[in-house]
Amino acid sequence: MLAHHGYEDGSGRFYITVDTDLCNGCEDCLKVCPAEVLEMVEEDPVDDRMVAAVTELQRKRIKYACNPCKPSGYTSLPCVTACEPNALSHSW
Amino acid sequence: MTDTTEEKHEYWRWAENNWRDESIDWRSGDVVSAGVDVGSVSSQAVVMVDGKLYAWSSMRTGSNSPDSARNAMSWALEGTGMQVEDIHFAVGTGYGRVNVPFAHKTITEIHCHARGGNFMYGDRVRTILDMGGQDCKAIRCDARGKVVAFQMNDKCAAGTGRGMEVFADLLHVPIHEVGPMSLKVEKEPPPVSSTCVVFAKTEASGLLRQGWPKEKVLAAYCAAMSHRVFNLLERVGVEREFAITGGIAKNPGVVTRMEKELGYESLKSDIDSQIAGALGGALFGHVLEKKKRAEGKA
Amino acid sequence: MITAGIDMGAKNVKVVVLRDGEVIGRAMKAAGFEAAETARQVLEAALKEAGVTRSAVQKLVATGAGREDAPDQDSNLTEVGCVSRAATHLVPEVRTVIDVGAEEGRAIRCGDHGKVVDFAINEKCAAGSGAFTEAMARALEVSIDELGPLSLKSTKAIPMNAQCAVFAESEVVSMIHSNVAKPDMARSVHDAIASRIISMVRKVGYTPPLMLVGGLARNVGFVDSLKRGLEIDDLHIPDNPEFCAALGAALAAAADA
Repeated sequence: MLAHHGYEDGSGRFYITVDTDLCNGCEDCLKVCPAEVLEMVEEDPVDDRMVAAVTELQRKRIKYACNPCKPSGYTSLPCVTACEPNALSHSW
Repeated sequence: MTDTTEEKHEYWRWAENNWRDESIDWRSGDVVSAGVDVGSVSSQAVVMVDGKLYAWSSMRTGSNSPDSARNAMSWALEGTGMQVEDIHFAVGTGYGRVNVPFAHKTITEIHCHARGGNFMYGDRVRTILDMGGQDCKAIRCDARGKVVAFQMNDKCAAGTGRGMEVFADLLHVPIHEVGPMSLKVEKEPPPVSSTCVVFAKTEASGLLRQGWPKEKVLAAYCAAMSHRVFNLLERVGVEREFAITGGIAKNPGVVTRMEKELGYESLKSDIDSQIAGALGGALFGHVLEKKKRAEGKA
Repeated sequence: MITAGIDMGAKNVKVVVLRDGEVIGRAMKAAGFEAAETARQVLEAALKEAGVTRSAVQKLVATGAGREDAPDQDSNLTEVGCVSRAATHLVPEVRTVIDVGAEEGRAIRCGDHGKVVDFAINEKCAAGSGAFTEAMARALEVSIDELGPLSLKSTKAIPMNAQCAVFAESEVVSMIHSNVAKPDMARSVHDAIASRIISMVRKVGYTPPLMLVGGLARNVGFVDSLKRGLEIDDLHIPDNPEFCAALGAALAAAADA
């Protein structure tokens, strides 16, 4: 499942996408995020597998929450780098 | 209470409903499940007996979430003789899902809407667009209603029911008339240029001042809204069949324009489009109750 | 040398007339639906205050959302450049500028002489601009001038969930239903918008000293929330903060002429 967490408004499209088919539940992305953007959630209501997702609180302000990791000219993001199976990506 | 011109008209107020299938005798059913969808704007409760739709209600949430869940459930159960305690498995969903005191489990709206959409529109539906009171979701699902991809916008009022309510209020048009009125234009006007509801409102005021009739302004706004929502769908991609749930599915001004942009019609259902989330919750409740019994934990 | 700058703001048109680096005339008026016509009137008023005729103005530069439509212009520039230039003209040490107008919010990091190093803009969204506080003032049933002072009386911080002006209005309504004290709600409003602006400042990299310009600089509640959020005691707010972009345009005109 491709989970696109975030929003789009007049100023742009801001999504963190988690490919839950690739996510192995290791929680490394949570550990490196300085802004408490991520949490683990049930992938499907009928089984117990946990995958990474953006918290409800941060989803609405994802652009603002992620700004500290995105100064001009940044080349990498801690969460994306930490994800070994490459399950995580940012749309901006 | 008589209507006077000084009295504050609530143009945004849409009809609250409840419904029940009298032919079902719930007492002889095996599994009674329920889903309660507590949104920021509206709350729905759905009751199913052995996976068949039995009763539901849809009403304004009001300012107190725990009460909303209870009220929606009471209204759905009205006249049935059923009490909340008779429900084997209740699922809470929606923005206020943690405030459904009688829920056995909470499940996110995305999963509930996919399941609910699958029930309402059949197993050919692959893309569901839900335009709720304060959010807008695009969901891709498979034939069983399992989520394949999703995206949910609850940050921005554009493309949500609240955005539509703001316009109904601005133009003094009752919300259920907004859609039909917007279609009464001979030629489609250019859509309002702002995505932002606040700025679109200012733009609309300007258009009214220029002499645009209400129908034309509504057409411009519905066009902008359907275009905005269309952009949201791009992220998950649209695969046929396509269905729209939520209150705005009842707005032909947006639905028709979306279908035009898509090039085909969306699926329609006899079931009220606002209960999709709660319905999905009730379906999950049914499955989870059966699973619980099979595992001997009942 | 006499130059003029016109800021065709989304809400208000501002004009500054400059002679040898000194402001000699200033005027502002709501743009309304005929912004170009309003601009002509505002220019006339500013020239009158300056005591000079239009022909005495050697160069006229426009800026602002509607800059393409500014009448009688020699050229136009983006707000970011104009605001930086004006800020460093007023206080040369300034390295970070926040400009919050009616419909846009900006954070700018600048170098010597207002050279723009980096900037972040919040556009097309009411939540990052003066439109937000205006909508909230309406929801709280106070005037926009009362909103700031009201929030200073707050005794409790209540974080706001909504990130949209429309949803924030619903949130305010339910706070009113829950009998939250008005000063606390007012503070919540300013904390909310300040938090968005500060996030933009962090993106460009906060470097003191900081200057705040634009209409929202007059809101003491917003200033208070900004200071608290950035953990600073002081920031520069020029007199007539809403005229900064126009001033910058006039300065640019002088530098170029």
